[in-house]
Amino acid sequence: MNLTLKVWRQKNAQTAGKFVTYKAEGISPDMSFLEMLDVVNESLIHKKDEPIHFDHDCREGICGMCSLYINGHPHGPKKAITTCQLHMRTYHDGETITIEPWRATAFPVIKDLAVDRSAFDRIQQAGGYVSVNTGGVPDANEIAIPKVIADEAFNSATCIGCGACVAACKNASAMLFVSAKVTQLGLLPQGQPERYSRVQAMVAQMDEEGFGNCTNTRACEAECPKEISLTNIGRMNNDYFSAKLFREEHVHEHNE
Amino acid sequence: MSLNAKIPQGPLAEKWNKHKFDLKLVNPANKRKYDIIVVGTGLAGASAAASLAELGYNVKAFCFQDSPRRAHSIAAQGGINAAKNYQNDGDSVYRLFYDTIKGGDYRAREANVYRLAEVSVNIIDQCVAQGVPFAREYGGLLDNRSFGGAQVSRTFYARGQTGQQLLLGAYSALNRQIHKGKVKMYTRTEMLDVVVVDGQAKGIITRSLITGEIDTHTGHAVLLCTGGYGNVFYLSTNAAGSNVTAAWRAHKRGALFANPCYTQIHPTCIPVTGDHQSKLTLMSESLRNDGRVWAPKTVETAEKLRKAQLKASDIKEEDRDYFLERKYPSFGNLVPRDVASRNAKEMVDDNRGVGGSGIAVFLDFADAIKRLGKDAVAAKYGNLFDMYYQITDEDPYTQPMRIYPAVHYTMGGLWVDYNLSTNVPGLYALGECNFSDHGANRLGASALMQGLADGYFVIPYTLGDYLATIGPKPVDANHPAFAKTKQEVVDYIAKLLALKGTKTVNEYHRELGLIMWEYCGMARTAEGLTKAKGLIQALRADFWKNAIVMGENEEVNASLERAGRVADFLELGELMVDDALMRNESCGGHFRLESQTPEGEALRDDEHFAFVGAWEFKGENQPETLHKEALDFEYVHLTQRNYK
Amino acid sequence: MSEFKQTFNSSLGKKLIMALTGLFLCTFLIVHLGGNLLLFKNDDGFGFNLYANFLTHFPPIEVVAYLLYLCIIVHSLYALILTVKNRRARPVGYAVVNKAPATWQSKNMGLLGTVLLLFIVIHMGDFWYKYKFTNTVAFKEYRTDLATNTTTSSAYTPASPDFEHSVSTENNVEIVRVKDLHARVVESFSCLWYVILYVVAMVAVSFHLLHGFQSAFRTLGWVHRKYTPIVEFVGTWLFAVIIPVGFAAMPLVYYFTNH
Repeated sequence: MNLTLKVWRQKNAQTAGKFVTYKAEGISPDMSFLEMLDVVNESLIHKKDEPIHFDHDCREGICGMCSLYINGHPHGPKKAITTCQLHMRTYHDGETITIEPWRATAFPVIKDLAVDRSAFDRIQQAGGYVSVNTGGVPDANEIAIPKVIADEAFNSATCIGCGACVAACKNASAMLFVSAKVTQLGLLPQGQPERYSRVQAMVAQMDEEGFGNCTNTRACEAECPKEISLTNIGRMNNDYFSAKLFREEHVHEHNE
Repeated sequence: MSLNAKIPQGPLAEKWNKHKFDLKLVNPANKRKYDIIVVGTGLAGASAAASLAELGYNVKAFCFQDSPRRAHSIAAQGGINAAKNYQNDGDSVYRLFYDTIKGGDYRAREANVYRLAEVSVNIIDQCVAQGVPFAREYGGLLDNRSFGGAQVSRTFYARGQTGQQLLLGAYSALNRQIHKGKVKMYTRTEMLDVVVVDGQAKGIITRSLITGEIDTHTGHAVLLCTGGYGNVFYLSTNAAGSNVTAAWRAHKRGALFANPCYTQIHPTCIPVTGDHQSKLTLMSESLRNDGRVWAPKTVETAEKLRKAQLKASDIKEEDRDYFLERKYPSFGNLVPRDVASRNAKEMVDDNRGVGGSGIAVFLDFADAIKRLGKDAVAAKYGNLFDMYYQITDEDPYTQPMRIYPAVHYTMGGLWVDYNLSTNVPGLYALGECNFSDHGANRLGASALMQGLADGYFVIPYTLGDYLATIGPKPVDANHPAFAKTKQEVVDYIAKLLALKGTKTVNEYHRELGLIMWEYCGMARTAEGLTKAKGLIQALRADFWKNAIVMGENEEVNASLERAGRVADFLELGELMVDDALMRNESCGGHFRLESQTPEGEALRDDEHFAFVGAWEFKGENQPETLHKEALDFEYVHLTQRNYK
Repeated sequence: MSEFKQTFNSSLGKKLIMALTGLFLCTFLIVHLGGNLLLFKNDDGFGFNLYANFLTHFPPIEVVAYLLYLCIIVHSLYALILTVKNRRARPVGYAVVNKAPATWQSKNMGLLGTVLLLFIVIHMGDFWYKYKFTNTVAFKEYRTDLATNTTTSSAYTPASPDFEHSVSTENNVEIVRVKDLHARVVESFSCLWYVILYVVAMVAVSFHLLHGFQSAFRTLGWVHRKYTPIVEFVGTWLFAVIIPVGFAAMPLVYYFTNH
């Protein structure tokens, strides 16, 4: 099939970008969306035109590297998949597809469709961990964890850090991402000692990065490729207010 | 050059403990005077960087992805083995050791594998302490499953994404050290060379994938944790970015490359649909527990299936060939990965393949659905069926899946001794990047185990010994070797950017992949390999004449990144072919047609090939020199595998 | 103290203020509706006028009332601050608007809130301000025969301009003289555009609370498998249906019964 692509092209963070229209010809319905872009890029290279830059890596929906805001949906129109798992049979011949990068102050464009998501790393670095050194830990079965709690924590832990929640949110809020980690560790017994310092540190970093605020529109959970639920945000809020208003400990200073 | 594996003396079970005591320690006050470079942030890299930083060393960690969390360890589905014996089913460190050695077809070192089995139990403890949400029983304790045909349940798992959860655990430990300032993290940065000063690795040259800046980094030691090279086949289950560049450039600086031809081909992958295909997707081999593998009995039937004149369900029972059940009555569909893969290939070579391309066999669940009910099958394999449906648009509940083997893991890699040191002092290789623990075939659920064992529990001890030996004197960044190596990298990039030919880098890569798959894949012959060598040499020469590399260095340039990686694959491919040609035996995943039993099964040749083949780079376009490290088996008895 | 400042300056802290003020305003609506149901009593405004008088002359209620006004201002102000901050979080918009299946009201709380704020200004200007700070509201005298419990009413013109209200008993007849806010209501609700304004505002209330009530609970972190469905039920049926319909019924009933 043949398609028309309207693609955001931007040389780097410093220069302004614009939409450029390309023809994608001879596209097989079996191709993934990224393979379709590969084909377009191959033809661009043959014409000595600059290929479209986009982030991608594992191409099986787990690394969280691919992004792309396609026709108004992060990761395209289908539920619970990433762009690399989107196949061209979703589209029909002659369709026009608009492809944009994630849009957020905290995610500056690097080039074309690739954005810088290091803000997510910095939030995790602020406290998204259990402070244990290698070695000297108790036997794994010494900590019994009710299956429902383990499963719930697992659901939160499935976040792949792709940023679709930020891209989907009308406020470019990162709360679904932050709350997924806060909830995972907040539910597990291993995470209890730092539960209230962690949430404070991570929220503070989130604010510093310039993300917007959650208004509970639920767009994030609808677009999340791993179906992380909005309940996580509620849990994070609860822990945060509990820490700030009812506990005496301050933000734990991790620099010992 | 003689290869000294530095295996400690003494009984197998005491080697590691004794060795840990014999290793020199670095004075705690001196640790902060050492800089360690860690390249790659997968399971091995992230765990090593975090653990070394915890000890007090200054660590600089590098990854080409936008975040350390995205390394391809994340894609591992199945699980991680550990000899915990939580299930009381007779597992032990010795049994895990034995299974791994045997699974590797007796081409790994006993001492290394024993240590791996020994520390496997610590890995699980460590991960649980970090908050990794492993599957649990209703009583709150950890759940295990049997995996990859193992007789005991020793595999720990986190639904279908154990790799992601383990990596996020290591990533969190890494983040903690980044926050403390003990690790300096460089993302979107690719290592392009190792700087060797007076025979010792003292730093690396990197390129920023954002600005194109070429930088020099000094360190007292360099740890390569850069994964495997499966992408030499173009199509593999590896990530698009997975590459051999770091390991290969290290090889060209003197590090030996061991057993390059040992690659693992996974039998249950979704087949190729066309030229556009960029990667292959693996489905857990647990599918073979209930699915039956078959192909049509006759070429005519297969022909009709390929032209869609027939549906799989139209084919009568007597016209189907359940070839694994027929040939291996006692193991049936559960034969090891290599056997299942090779037999599927035979069917396709026999022109009995199915699907539009004819390069696939069926994996049928009709009987399982009849026996267990659709719901029970869905409960077990629902997510895999959904994934298959998503990719192929075919419903595996109503028609059989099409599967075909795909390259999945590379057992070969940089040669390392017992301390994980390459033959270049100061240069270490961890995880899939080294060759050490899996022999000629890796068992399911042991890749994650090895990556974390190396990073958490081996390198923190063994590196100290080297560091204590060289002392904490700062590395002199003004040594001419740094400027010289940097200049060579700059020149190499300029040479790539000057390529303004007619063929895209991707086209070269795809061609290389086809050659490798055809001649250096599951079944090999001396004749085919010789031919492949010529083809690769010609392709490489053509690449340096006619490839197109777009853009400039001082910008985000995927075209340039790609070109550098493919250029290295074009060199590695030839070495793999050399190694495969040299290894005139069938072992592990590799079938040499010249070496088979009268029944057509793989025939290992322990008399001539019980060694590690480590290759030494001798200059551009020069034949490499083979060094042999003999494998001595004191504890296990070498037997021919038999699955009849 | 700086700890609290920091808390309420954080993104979550600002949301906490929105949630708490919002929920306070919600509880007020229940009281307001309850009292205003007196408008449906066919007593020529006796009950309603007494109620209005009570609200404006009982000191504790006065305090709560000013707290309420403060909440309205703070809720609006923080909405503005958060909106500005949220806009800044995405300086370059999308060419194709997001098509996630988020409800219309959840994405348009600002618009709905603006409508409500305008409405509140008009509404308070018309009743509260005129009642409290001007002499434009006339007085009425209610005479209740305590023996028969029948009430008659008549206009009353106070002697002093400072007169507020009085209650006295003469010959078994209770005489109550109060400001006749009811007449003001009748007058306003006879005007078509005013009725339309009210109905539109109540639609806005409905949608604002359909999202706002349950969203406030989420913001506070009060999510629970057992209780969240109850919150959603109350938010939908009480705050998005019963309350707005109750309020909207008043101008409609008055308009149509007087025409």
